[in-house]
Amino acid sequence: MGLYILKRCCLFVPTLLGISLITFILIKHLPGDPVAGMVGERATPETMSRIRTELGLDKPLPYQYVLYVKRVCAGQLGRSIYTNRNIADDLVQKFPNTVKLALAAMLFASISGIGMGVISAVHRGTVWDRIVTLVSVGGISVPVFWLGLTLMLLFSFYFRWLPPSGMGNGNLAFLILPAATLATFSLSYITRITRSSMLETLSQPYVAAARAKGLSETVVVLKHALKNALIPIVTLIGLDLGSYLNGAVLTETIFDWDGLGRYALDGIIKRDYPVIMGTVLFGALIFVAVNLVVDISYHFLDPRVRAKNEA
Amino acid sequence: MMDNFTIKDLMRNKPALIASFVLIALAFTAIVGPFLVHYDPLSMDLDSLRQPPSAKHLLGTDSKGRDILARLVYGARISLSVGILASCLSLGIGIFFGLIAGYFGGRIDAVLSQFFDIFLAFPSLILAIGISAVMPAGLTSAMLAITLVGWAGFARLVRSITLSLKEQTYVEASRALGATSARILSNHILPNALPLIIVAGSLRVGGFILLEAALSFLGLGIQPPTPTWGSMISLNRAFINSAPWMVIFPGIAISITVISFNILGDFLRDKLDPRMQV
Repeated sequence: MGLYILKRCCLFVPTLLGISLITFILIKHLPGDPVAGMVGERATPETMSRIRTELGLDKPLPYQYVLYVKRVCAGQLGRSIYTNRNIADDLVQKFPNTVKLALAAMLFASISGIGMGVISAVHRGTVWDRIVTLVSVGGISVPVFWLGLTLMLLFSFYFRWLPPSGMGNGNLAFLILPAATLATFSLSYITRITRSSMLETLSQPYVAAARAKGLSETVVVLKHALKNALIPIVTLIGLDLGSYLNGAVLTETIFDWDGLGRYALDGIIKRDYPVIMGTVLFGALIFVAVNLVVDISYHFLDPRVRAKNEA
Repeated sequence: MMDNFTIKDLMRNKPALIASFVLIALAFTAIVGPFLVHYDPLSMDLDSLRQPPSAKHLLGTDSKGRDILARLVYGARISLSVGILASCLSLGIGIFFGLIAGYFGGRIDAVLSQFFDIFLAFPSLILAIGISAVMPAGLTSAMLAITLVGWAGFARLVRSITLSLKEQTYVEASRALGATSARILSNHILPNALPLIIVAGSLRVGGFILLEAALSFLGLGIQPPTPTWGSMISLNRAFINSAPWMVIFPGIAISITVISFNILGDFLRDKLDPRMQV
């Protein structure tokens, strides 16, 4: 088992190097001269070439890449052009807000997705099934940012039930709309897979046996069918965790949620390239790390996965 | 595999039929629509700012007095062409590298697969932001960003299809007859992999259109004043309460387009590849 973790972590290294290589290449292609941006217009050519030497910008590219990786490993992602704040500090400070939003969204997506999937599988072919299918196709087709604005229009401006935007110092009412918006995409996938997984277990002999025993339909569906249908559902939920980062960029922008996504957008609007690239790198690292943790935990949770990995 | 799919199947599946009609109508709108609308999508009319929908402006006007219907019709061109072109480009790249990795195997496969995995290790929108941020914002940068985000997924799919197809007896037979690798790939493996590739491609077009809309919304796609559906939403989002039509209609346009692509993609998958059912 320890061997498996070690093997997985070793596979992690080339991915990390690849990610850093891609962000390094992107940084090298940024428009404008980074040194000119740092020193301003009145610097002499001598000062500029001195700074260039200090930063290693006169060295060959492979050497510069090694320097870049060293800096990133030391947690240095540079400073914002506008605020001159340390980007790594900013990211670490904003990250918990994104995690909070993503966890709330995941909870919402899992509960309502599984619920809707069960309903449509049990009532297969009825109006309910059609409605749920339509909602789940709609959920992956509607632009997240538009959905957020529409929900805001409905629930904040029209009904006046919920605050339109902001963080509200931890007040849960502020979390509802952004979390629901962020959840929609994942909710649709969870609904689909729950439906198909439930249809499969509902046709199994043990479900017929449970019915024949005279158990109530609720017990048959929830205890016998759903419990056995859960494995692919939980796998999907785990693998999808990282994709909340995509939605977070758009959702946080709409609802003025002070997380990584809005930070990235501020960078985009101001063309603050170190901020954009810092967030891109950080986002990819989080994504890969989450996937690694999910993979390893499956190894321990599901004996079938373990058997496949060790074979 | 392709003969399983007939027009009759499409006629029988009502959602897929409606979706195809919607897409044909959209393509038609994108091509000839600009000749049908009365207003120029760029001309501002300062006397009719933020007008609600009326007989004069069917879908209202935006905060610069521009006709929203006219802007939507012009925006259809960009959304559809970026979505479809980016799918074709990333499919092309994905098929090329996927075939090579799957067919030759060994060290070539190991290196290429590592590359696919690295591109897939980024959250898609985050990578697209990074790529389009380093280029001057516009049509090319959006298209390139979406292509670079999309190709690796296709490559991995084509690789796994190729892995199973190359063990088939007809491939072996053709190799025994002395066919070159290039010939086997283009005459035997690619045609047999095509149905699955078409399914994967059709399922992704909608996602690419959404990605283009998101980039436009973030200000990284095609720049104003050229109308795109995503930028129409972002430019007007401050008025969501006072003039909601400026935001609602472009969103409906995106949603209808993407839903139609997704329904059609699901239909093709059910017809061409029953194994891939989700």
